Amino acid sequence: MEKRYVKDRLRRSMMFVPGNNPGMITDSRIYGADSLMFDLEDSVAFTEKDTARFLVHNALKTLDFGKKEIVVRINDLSSGLGTADLEAIIPAGVHVVRLPKTDSAQDVIDCEREIARIEARHGIPVGATGMMAAIESANGVLNAKEIAHASPRLIGVALGAEDYVTDLKTTRSDGIELLFARSMILNAARSAGIAALDTVYADVNNEEGFLEEVALIRKLGFDGKSVINPRQIGILHRAFIPSKKDLDKAYAVMEAIREANARGSGVASLKGKMIDRPVVLRAQRLIALAEADAAEEE
Amino acid sequence: MELKKAAVAGTMESGDIMVTIEPAPSGGIILELASNVMQQYGRQIEAVIRETLAELAVAHAQVSAVDKGALDCTIRARVSAAAYRAAESTDYQWEAE
Amino acid sequence: MDEQLLRSIPHIDEIAHRGAFGGAPAKHTENFLERSARENKILPSLEDAIRAAGLKDGMTISFHHHFRGGDHVVNQVVGKLAEMGFRNLTLAASSLSAVHAPLIEHIKNGVITHIETSGLRGELAEQISRGLMDCPVVFRSHGGRAAAIRSRELHIDVAFLGAPSCDPYGNANGYSRDEEYIACGSMGYARTDSEYADKVVILTNHLVRYPNAPWAIPEDNVDYIVVVDDIGDPKGIMSGATRYTKNPKELLIAQTAASVIDAAGYLYDGFSMQMGSGGASLAAARFIRQMMLDKGIRCRFALGGITGQIAAMHEEGLIDRIIDVQSFDLDAAMSLKNNRFHHQISAAYYASFLSAAAVDQLDFVILSALEIDTDFNVNVLTGSDGVIRGAIGGHPDTAAGASLSIVVAPLTRGRIPCVIDRVNTVVTPGSTVDVVVTDQGVAVNPRRPEVAEKLRRAGIKVYTIGQLKDKAEALVGRPDPIRYTDRVVGVVLYRDNTVLDVIRQIDET
Repeated sequence: MEKRYVKDRLRRSMMFVPGNNPGMITDSRIYGADSLMFDLEDSVAFTEKDTARFLVHNALKTLDFGKKEIVVRINDLSSGLGTADLEAIIPAGVHVVRLPKTDSAQDVIDCEREIARIEARHGIPVGATGMMAAIESANGVLNAKEIAHASPRLIGVALGAEDYVTDLKTTRSDGIELLFARSMILNAARSAGIAALDTVYADVNNEEGFLEEVALIRKLGFDGKSVINPRQIGILHRAFIPSKKDLDKAYAVMEAIREANARGSGVASLKGKMIDRPVVLRAQRLIALAEADAAEEE
Repeated sequence: MELKKAAVAGTMESGDIMVTIEPAPSGGIILELASNVMQQYGRQIEAVIRETLAELAVAHAQVSAVDKGALDCTIRARVSAAAYRAAESTDYQWEAE
Repeated sequence: MDEQLLRSIPHIDEIAHRGAFGGAPAKHTENFLERSARENKILPSLEDAIRAAGLKDGMTISFHHHFRGGDHVVNQVVGKLAEMGFRNLTLAASSLSAVHAPLIEHIKNGVITHIETSGLRGELAEQISRGLMDCPVVFRSHGGRAAAIRSRELHIDVAFLGAPSCDPYGNANGYSRDEEYIACGSMGYARTDSEYADKVVILTNHLVRYPNAPWAIPEDNVDYIVVVDDIGDPKGIMSGATRYTKNPKELLIAQTAASVIDAAGYLYDGFSMQMGSGGASLAAARFIRQMMLDKGIRCRFALGGITGQIAAMHEEGLIDRIIDVQSFDLDAAMSLKNNRFHHQISAAYYASFLSAAAVDQLDFVILSALEIDTDFNVNVLTGSDGVIRGAIGGHPDTAAGASLSIVVAPLTRGRIPCVIDRVNTVVTPGSTVDVVVTDQGVAVNPRRPEVAEKLRRAGIKVYTIGQLKDKAEALVGRPDPIRYTDRVVGVVLYRDNTVLDVIRQIDET
């Protein structure tokens, strides 16, 4: 089956684009974000949900977004708006549907059923559309593992911190308030073999604070982060570029593996140390990151 | 599609187009277009508006559009949204590519 | 000495002299303050100055544009000339802006029958594009105008130069070291007019004590001074600091431009640069500054219209010298007043092809554009609807002078493509444009293959200019051509004052 999404790809940056703003939709592709996320939820007024659906539908069908991953954030199904959102965007060719306010595996299953129904109606192979779940509540965090395993369509789980901290009766501060949620979501994602994506950093003028948060989530193991302003993308990507030293080592590891394979030996070593599987995987990932950064659009 | 009331879609922001559609008993599509790129794109904007209304089977309407440099896909989106609003219909006919 | 003795000097016929000394004139004895109150170049009114200057119908008057949108000098003087019944005058301003719409009436009434300028904006520009004037407006670059003034191709009979400070003898400047007052900083364009005009009238609202040093215009270039209440609106003349843009698209273009300069090899210790005041070109200064800090290098000089950002880099020790023909904001003007290595220069020194101009020492310049075509020609003068709405400025001068000229523009503005088949008006010929930087790709002039190669090696994707045009067209579609009549309303001269292009009347039928 032809899938619209690639499960394992680079997702350092996922840029929010308000779904009812034609200018921002048109320009969204120029800033180098790995994924574009057109938003039908919070950035669209309740009275403009219909116009935003028409706009995103037509944009997806018409504009050339190159090789970017196209995500649409829908309204949650219980709001009564989510299904109508899906009706508009599935036929338009969305790659990944981002489900907000995911509290349980059932939310994912309910959404998937709607997606499958719409795919079938339009003659789109059922299963072609990917999904990602945004977790924005204490319940969601505690159910993270079940959510991450709820559908083979899922490419990742994301943290939505604003609603979550409110649910916890706290506010955003230095990151300690999100440590548990981030850890849960990250482990859930890894358990399911999908991506872990961090929340937005809202203070776009605080470059230093943004860099600190990026350093933290990178250390934790996140694949990337949502961004609300294009100015954050370059900073984010630079933080995800491996250092030259690490990269050289990664190339050396891969070279050693190649040599061992050429010799017909199952055991590779570098500077007298045996290379085990995690080292190879890390090296592959570093090289993928570096090459993705150097790769050109189109 | 049968229009029942006057309806608007779109904004006056750069890159957008604000489309107002009013029902008319006869006379085809009467279009009043203002655009900041009238010289270069007026002809094409008018064609997209008429084409979109034809696809929606709107035969008679008074249409006024204030364009701020919208692309064709935006024009289509705003005309469609205004037409459905004017028809008080949510029976959207989304089509795959 | 008597005549007898004079004749006894050998070879006296070959020595230039004016006869024998006949006694010195009576000495002044009052103090200099009293003297400067009594004996000076100040006339009681503008009307007196106009008469004293000997202005006649058919002559050429000149103005500078350092007061920009806040200028009250042009309207004030031409209003007075109309009242006095002058006709058939040529108005040669270093530039004109939207505030000069009252000229329309004076053109209709035959007071002004010809205009020479760097640019036009607003209602005046609209009407000229619609055929207001019988004789086409002549557009020159700053360097081209300075050269034409020196060669007398543009002969100025009377220059009316607004000056924010002037002493009783005519030493005039855009600020004064005696007071806090700063109006416009550099008066570089006025300086060239004052050197070559037959008569120079200074209009000032701040009469200060002699000597008003330093001066933009020295007293020996000044004939008459008129003290007026109002030379301009300070808010329109200059605003605080020119702000760095927060527009992400402009920042993207700026960052790319800075990377291009670095990759092309022009960011070395001791380089020279000029940057415009447009959003993207100004923002490039920020990225260049960071690269300079990272590399530990300095800039020998920054030229041109100067902004507060350049002044700040000077004060930070990153730029050794500033050469300032026009200060763009109050911070720049303040720096000119306070910093000894921030120098004021004339238009001719800046960009005249007849002189060893400062533009010829530029490593790189970052320039904005309204349109760029597939031959790299640039238009900064007429809008996409064919109507005049800009100014040539120093665009062709710096593009020709700089080793690397970079033109920055968004690929599209709204629905209007900026990279197109053929620009409406050629202002800067493509042969002098090296790199075009847009938000959606970089193109290098095929005349500079070595630059293209360096960019590629640095990992910058290089498109052909045709590819950029195609990208724009794919997004916005192909615009219908603008309709013009055959009538020429403007003539664009290149910096050597040869005719480069014409502007035609727009056809509204």
